[in-house]
Amino acid sequence: MKFVTCPSLGKRALSEFTYGGRYEQEPAQETVSEKEWADYVFYHNGAPKVQIEWWYHRPTGIWFLFERDTLTDRINKVDFARKGMTHEA
Amino acid sequence: MPLRLLKYAWKKPEDEPRFFPSEKPLKEAYDVVIIGGGGHGMACAYYLAKEHGITNVAVLEQGYIGGGNTGRNTTIVRSNYLTAEGVKFYDESLSLFEDLSDDFDLNIFYSTRGHFTLAHTDSAMRTMRWRAEVNKHYGIDSEVVDVETIQKEVPYMDMTCNGQHPVMGALYHAPGSVARHDAVAWGYARGAQMRGVEIHQKTKVMDIKTKGGKVVGVETDRGFVEAKKVISAVAGSTPRITEMLDIKTPIEIFPLQACVTEPVKPFMDTIVVSGSLHVYVSQSSRGELVMGASVDPAELHSTRSTLDFVEGLTDQMMDLFPFTSRMKIMRQWAGMADITPDFAPIMGKTDIEGFYLDAGWGTWGFKATPVSGKTMAYTVANDRPHELIKPFALSRYEDFKLVGEKGAASVGH
Ligand SMILES: Cc1cc2nc3c(=O)[nH]c(=O)nc-3n(C[C@H](O)[C@H](O)[C@H](O)COP(=O)(O)OP(=O)(O)OC[C@H]3O[C@@H](n4cnc5c(N)ncnc54)[C@H](O)[C@@H]3O)c2cc1C
Repeated sequence: MKFVTCPSLGKRALSEFTYGGRYEQEPAQETVSEKEWADYVFYHNGAPKVQIEWWYHRPTGIWFLFERDTLTDRINKVDFARKGMTHEA
Repeated sequence: MPLRLLKYAWKKPEDEPRFFPSEKPLKEAYDVVIIGGGGHGMACAYYLAKEHGITNVAVLEQGYIGGGNTGRNTTIVRSNYLTAEGVKFYDESLSLFEDLSDDFDLNIFYSTRGHFTLAHTDSAMRTMRWRAEVNKHYGIDSEVVDVETIQKEVPYMDMTCNGQHPVMGALYHAPGSVARHDAVAWGYARGAQMRGVEIHQKTKVMDIKTKGGKVVGVETDRGFVEAKKVISAVAGSTPRITEMLDIKTPIEIFPLQACVTEPVKPFMDTIVVSGSLHVYVSQSSRGELVMGASVDPAELHSTRSTLDFVEGLTDQMMDLFPFTSRMKIMRQWAGMADITPDFAPIMGKTDIEGFYLDAGWGTWGFKATPVSGKTMAYTVANDRPHELIKPFALSRYEDFKLVGEKGAASVGH
């Protein structure tokens, strides 16, 4: 079983979390063009990389951001989604 | 076939011709290079040679023939999808599948089983009725059946699912089948080779070269190969190939796992799928239960297996078939599924002249092997998308014209 160490919660089983997809800056709603919106929603470079992702801790209802390598599955950093990234995993 | 077998019995083994002719040296230039020696790449090569007379073709495969998702899938072939586009496309594939053994002179063990998609909720029943109507409209053998009919066909199944998720009915698709996955890749590969196509195993494409927005060739770990047209048929490696050309796609890679039990006496000749429980099962001709589920929870470029998967799957499987609690799992494995947001493939031309994509096959692309090969070959030969694949263009997301196949494709098979 895979574990991840989170602020406040400590070491938790990864199976307690739900993946919420890549974290990306949302384009400004008022000025975004249809093309930019389609790019934001759909088109990306899906090759292996280190990315920031949403993860939901079901028992506490807290959203976290993980920095994870999609080739090795290593989680490098974790923090509360509201705060941004600071903690080492 | 039996006559061939009899003749073989009287021959010395060394008189039998090699299945694949020995590999030729890699040439400097080809008209067409196909990246990926899975079923899709091989089928495309086969139809290019057979139907379009294009034989100066090389299939480049980094590993061995069929070693990707083709050799890892649970081989379910069906056409009871949800959208008009999907139904027409997969139905064409099914009819091609039925003739493949003859076409190849090779037994692909195509076995028609009948396919039940169980519904355990009112909303699932609604989707089944909707699918049945779409299917019937296009002449596909598909109907909603009641609990008694299911129980008669699958007598060992606990229709209450351990009292937890009673089965309310099912979508029944009589033509649902299984086939020998390797044989499909091998048959296409041999047929293509016999018509002049070259297959180069252990040859990895490292980069794709363009000049003025046009493809000029591929860089491999065995040197540069010139090519006017390049087709990517690499399933789970698609984002690594599109990255070479800076093409952005909605494809995300998720591991998809499967496993088999020890062999037991034949007791189930149908394919059983439960969308709500996210599991499916069929019994192989060797007697093993071949079982699969949905993709892993998060994006990952890896074919590692997990205990979480087997635990989750067997938990549900024991609700459906209580006696399986006494069976042992023999093997488990994973493939990399190239998932799209609308659970439909991405096929055809791209913004780069001479570069074609056959991708987005996710958890559902084995059944499409013949039709994708045929339509991709047409698209490449004529530099114009085949009618059947027009709805699957990469640009559909930009045009907000998604295909919406999730209801029929999300449990991986
Ligand atoms: C566990 C599992 C169960 C499934 N069950 C079903 C099912 O029941 N029914 C169904 O219809 N579908 C199913 N699928 C999906 C199906 O297996 C795939 O969609 C299909 O096999 C894709 O075939 P392909 O030829 O496109 O890709 P692959 O068979 O993956 O072939 C791609 C090839 O490209 C090669 N390659 C990659 N990168 C390079 C490079 N740079 N240079 C050279 N070669 C390269 C790889 O080595 C590989 O051999 C399942 C998949 C999995 C993983």
